[in-house]
Amino acid sequence: MQISGAQMVIEAMIAEEVTVVFGYPGGAIMNVYDEIYKQDSFKHILTRHEQAAVHAAEGYAQRTGKVGVAMITSGPGFTNGVTGLADAYMDSIPIIVISGQVPMSLIGTDAFQEIDAVGISRSCTKHNYLVTDAADLPRVLKEAFHIARTGRPGPVHIDIPKDVTAQLAEFDYSAPVVLETYKPTTKGNTRQIKKAVEAIAAAKRPLFYLGGGIISAEAAYDVREFAKSCGIPAVETFRARGTMGADNPLLISMLGMHGSYAANMAMSETDLVIALGARFDDRVTGKLSEFAKGADIIHVDIDPASISKLVNADYPIVGDIKKVLEVMMPLAKEKVDPEKYTPWLETIENFEKLHPLSYREDTDNIKPQWVIERVGELLGDDANITTDVGQHQMWTAQFYPFSRPRQWNSSGGLGTMGYGFPAALGVKAADPERVSINITGDGSILMNIQELMTAVEQKLPVINIILNNNYLGMVRQWQTLFYDKRHSETDLSVQPDFVMLSQSFGGAGYRVKTKEEFDAALKDAIEKNVVTIIDVAVERMENVMPMVPSGGSLFNMMLEYKEK
Amino acid sequence: MSGNVRRVVSVIVYNESSTLSRITDLFSARGYNIVSLTVAPIPESKYSRLTIVTSGSSRVIEQIIKQLHKLIPVLKVYEHEDLVEKEMTLIKFPITENISDIDTLCQAYNGKIVNAGPDMVIAMVADEPKRIDHFLEAIKRFHPKEIVRSGAVALER
Repeated sequence: MQISGAQMVIEAMIAEEVTVVFGYPGGAIMNVYDEIYKQDSFKHILTRHEQAAVHAAEGYAQRTGKVGVAMITSGPGFTNGVTGLADAYMDSIPIIVISGQVPMSLIGTDAFQEIDAVGISRSCTKHNYLVTDAADLPRVLKEAFHIARTGRPGPVHIDIPKDVTAQLAEFDYSAPVVLETYKPTTKGNTRQIKKAVEAIAAAKRPLFYLGGGIISAEAAYDVREFAKSCGIPAVETFRARGTMGADNPLLISMLGMHGSYAANMAMSETDLVIALGARFDDRVTGKLSEFAKGADIIHVDIDPASISKLVNADYPIVGDIKKVLEVMMPLAKEKVDPEKYTPWLETIENFEKLHPLSYREDTDNIKPQWVIERVGELLGDDANITTDVGQHQMWTAQFYPFSRPRQWNSSGGLGTMGYGFPAALGVKAADPERVSINITGDGSILMNIQELMTAVEQKLPVINIILNNNYLGMVRQWQTLFYDKRHSETDLSVQPDFVMLSQSFGGAGYRVKTKEEFDAALKDAIEKNVVTIIDVAVERMENVMPMVPSGGSLFNMMLEYKEK
Repeated sequence: MSGNVRRVVSVIVYNESSTLSRITDLFSARGYNIVSLTVAPIPESKYSRLTIVTSGSSRVIEQIIKQLHKLIPVLKVYEHEDLVEKEMTLIKFPITENISDIDTLCQAYNGKIVNAGPDMVIAMVADEPKRIDHFLEAIKRFHPKEIVRSGAVALER
């Protein structure tokens, strides 16, 4: 039986067991929305901006590990979604964005709401399609899901002209995906793995460098077991928070620009880096020539292009981390004596004692770090955490006691302000039982504030905690440190009344100036179970410390800022 | 690490619209250089072959190859080491120049005069890119009016 292109989109969602789609309708995608209206297999969540729809799909994907789906219209609908595609591309998040396009006959004529969508998305997607014949749709949809979730995951964009969604064709979703040119390597080379294990057994100061790829590969618990059985300490990247669990004695902390002193010193002193699903990002390595200078490097990654891209790998292993560890772990257990690393662990403990991650409560104002610690104390494992981008994001990565993978969700690679709130909606849609907290700043929150409406309408009670310093804080910090305190365009003293703002949408709002007020507000917000803004007035001039200045070496950290 | 060396990379890609722009986009997005690029379908297959002449250090070339490989429609990428490389060029001369001298020179570079009109002749040579450079230097004195180079094609020996 023949069905329309629009119906095929719905059928593919059903076949892929998609339960939630985020989106925003418009002219070119109306045929699809007409079919959405007629079906009840999945829920459609109407965001109030296309960017938010894509970020929500990312949040959903991050929380579940499944492919997130967003649907948007042509022209401005699509261009609004591009930031989400780019964000998902940088952070390897599996999503599918389906956009409407003007009818085939109008393509190339500068038609109303026409833009070369695949031309734009080409450089910020894992793959994209412009579907010119409905007969291709079943194959394209199935390939898209396959490509998004396999190998190094990533966003796939499908652009469908309006007449193609109306066109009738046969729908057969049963044919297997045949992609002769796309076959990711998942099984690691056994010989390389054996060599790597020899290197681990021979090392005196080995260190796990854990990246976001572990979360994508669902390998966090394998990594915990590996580290424990070998007694080898670990540092986590920003995106890998939650891999080891905050109370894990082998976890040092996050490394990199705002990593802990101990984590960065361990990386500088190690003689063997065991990099798992990490990509040696510039915010992690600092000055490349000084990064882990005395160390050999084992690099396990699903993406061959990530290996030896920036730092040469002595033991390159291309493969899925989970599968590689299945082979590597039993070998390592045989060969590695955990006792051997005791002096190394003591060295690290000394680093930790010397300069622990800390902050001083030296003013009457609430310190932003306290808020994050407090949320951690009160909610801990019961909360899923998203953030926006800036100081609050770094403090969250530093101070929240993440206990499990996929608890943490933040825009790492692209650094997208406005990510946190819509992503938190996606997280809440995926995991309604847990509290969904978005820790944000007074700059970031306004970049997708319209999603208060989505949250109210869809009963997605996200709690936004604004660490409000009346500044674009991270930029202000750099201006203070590197631009001689010329705080150019970063003073955000003029602000809305966030309490009334939230209330005007039908949510709850709290203005908090003391610790007691904060506890009360958070408790009340959780009980009320509606979307909330807790606007916390924090110390204005607090800096994120410690810090490796851009391009500096990891061992050369700015530990605290002193007034000259 | 070696310096910026000329390299020839062959890319076998699935024949579909947009594949070429995926490849050229990748080069511009990542700041890689394209010296020349030729593309044509591989007979009796659903694939095309691109020959890209580029330059860079060995690390850059390794990244180019890996990044090209990551593109979904790319089947194979390889850098040539032991290769036969040829390039074609067409040159238009005024008819008033010494045609027999031009023809002799062309023959030395695997070429000949292929077309003549009332005001001009067109010569063709096909040789290694480096020799084409030499040839173009040598024919300057015949006042060539137009020169078209095809870009290199290559096969591994």
